[in-house]
Amino acid sequence: MKTLPSGMGRNLAARWGRPSQVALVAAALSFGVTSVSLAASEPSPEEAAAAADSAWTDLKFDLFGDRKLVEGTDVVSLEAPKRAADPAIVPMTIRLDPEKDIRKVTLVIDENPSPVAGTFTLAKGAGVTELSTRVRVNAYTDVHVVAEAADGTLYVTKQFVKAAGGCAAPAAKDPEVAAREMGRMKLRDFGEVEGAADRREAQLQIRHPNNSGLQKDQVTLLYIPAHFITDLDVERGGQPVFSMTGGISISEDPNFRFTYEGDSAEPFHVKAVDTEGKVFEETFPVTAS
Amino acid sequence: MINAWTAVVLAFVLWYDAAIALAADRVASFYSEVVPGVFVHEGEVAETSAANRGDIANIGFVVGDDAVAVIDTGGSVTEAQEALAAIRAITDKPIAYAINTHMHPDHLFGNQVFKAAGARIIGHERLAPALAARAESYRASMREQLGPELADAVTITPPDEGVSAERTLDLGNRPLVLKAWDTAHTDNDLTVFDERTRTLFAGDLVFMKHLPVLDGSLLGWLRQTPMLEAIPAERVVPGHGPATAPWPDAIEPQTAYLEALARDVRVAIASGQRLSETAETAAKAEAEAFELSEDYRRRNATAAYAELEWE
Repeated sequence: MKTLPSGMGRNLAARWGRPSQVALVAAALSFGVTSVSLAASEPSPEEAAAAADSAWTDLKFDLFGDRKLVEGTDVVSLEAPKRAADPAIVPMTIRLDPEKDIRKVTLVIDENPSPVAGTFTLAKGAGVTELSTRVRVNAYTDVHVVAEAADGTLYVTKQFVKAAGGCAAPAAKDPEVAAREMGRMKLRDFGEVEGAADRREAQLQIRHPNNSGLQKDQVTLLYIPAHFITDLDVERGGQPVFSMTGGISISEDPNFRFTYEGDSAEPFHVKAVDTEGKVFEETFPVTAS
Repeated sequence: MINAWTAVVLAFVLWYDAAIALAADRVASFYSEVVPGVFVHEGEVAETSAANRGDIANIGFVVGDDAVAVIDTGGSVTEAQEALAAIRAITDKPIAYAINTHMHPDHLFGNQVFKAAGARIIGHERLAPALAARAESYRASMREQLGPELADAVTITPPDEGVSAERTLDLGNRPLVLKAWDTAHTDNDLTVFDERTRTLFAGDLVFMKHLPVLDGSLLGWLRQTPMLEAIPAERVVPGHGPATAPWPDAIEPQTAYLEALARDVRVAIASGQRLSETAETAAKAEAEAFELSEDYRRRNATAAYAELEWE
């Protein structure tokens, strides 16, 4: 969490403030307005999301200050479903222009309680030009990706995603299995990327509840403390490939599919640390496929 | 000659009688007796909405010599109140138990009505924790689907007792066998078997017409299907679909879909296909043999992918 921008705390507080404001407004309205007219005046989800554009204005400032974000280029693109099939597992694929030497990628889900899903640091020359992960989406929201090149230029792209309730959704469909298998990892090498001889593709899976902490214990009425992976380092042959500082918006069983450069002779080494300080570490021998 | 005033009164009386008759009709027709002592209300095959009041699942009750057990309590307080009135029009025996087949709102949002009527609520031993973990998100999603008025009337009411393996309830010369299953449709599926008439209340372990919804474990569901089929029932009351159907034939279309889903998702994972593409295509043809396939097939494929990639 230490490398997350300092503005995060403030933003988080601002987000948590919202429901109570909404409740106050709703309570005030309920004295004089019937629920029928209230429903009729409710904006459509798209209108609500458009009106909430200020969320990004604030987030942008918290994350990047008054630095200029370059829009409308092909340097960074985001593939995400327009409507999520399951708000707790929303696949996101980020593509980066190989010519631009992108070193840092920030994935922001504007309307989530903790908007920064993850910040990825890409090693120089590692060949990470495509990166997929899965996130929770708690409301109809814009998703922003900001890519920072080695020369400091910031490129941004966004997409609107219709999904709701992913953060409050309980982590596991089968909590017993999830607890038993926590920390188990899998790494798959998909081999060469078609049409790019120097580029290969791999996928890392980590068994972890990546619990968002937004569920209430019904007995104590306290929120279950968040339990998630904060730091991830992926190396190959002793050289860094990418690292991530993650938040609670990364889905249960964090999953990262990425391209990398070079032949497959070198083993991968993965180290993940969670909020309880547990360290999960594993070396994956070469398995050419 | 009838004066105007008399005509108005007469019209009112006719309207009032018709309204009473209609209400009585509705109570009388809410449940139908599918076999002696076994009553089923067939929910609409649809997604929960304010218009259908969450009345989308099959719910039922069984009458013994001494007592009544209801199986699932409906998707809203109003549906449950209607169900209770209908039961009271049929029998005045005490409602000793309200059995929950699993955690989903369309099956248990009426719990409070039956609890207030004196019933003990019984479910799978994992139902209480599963419901507790989801209460917040169910409240939010049901507010969207049922609308605030119907949703806010619901007090999510957990079971009073949990079943860990098997338990027999006696309604007076009428044993009901409750069986708790391993994770399948959810991690808290419970079936109810009426031995006297060999009727199996399967809850959502059996879907008909409505696309099966995966919120537990695909492999667990497929693994336990033969055990379900081995239950010596003559008929099943599926969680969704017709009130009853012959057993075990009724489960065949569901098994075909679940097998196709496992097959397609396994092939996709092995070939390196992404989750997003797999969600679009897996078991599409088999899903389209059911209603609501567009609402659930991508979600099922997503859940299956997230499960099977750990094989």
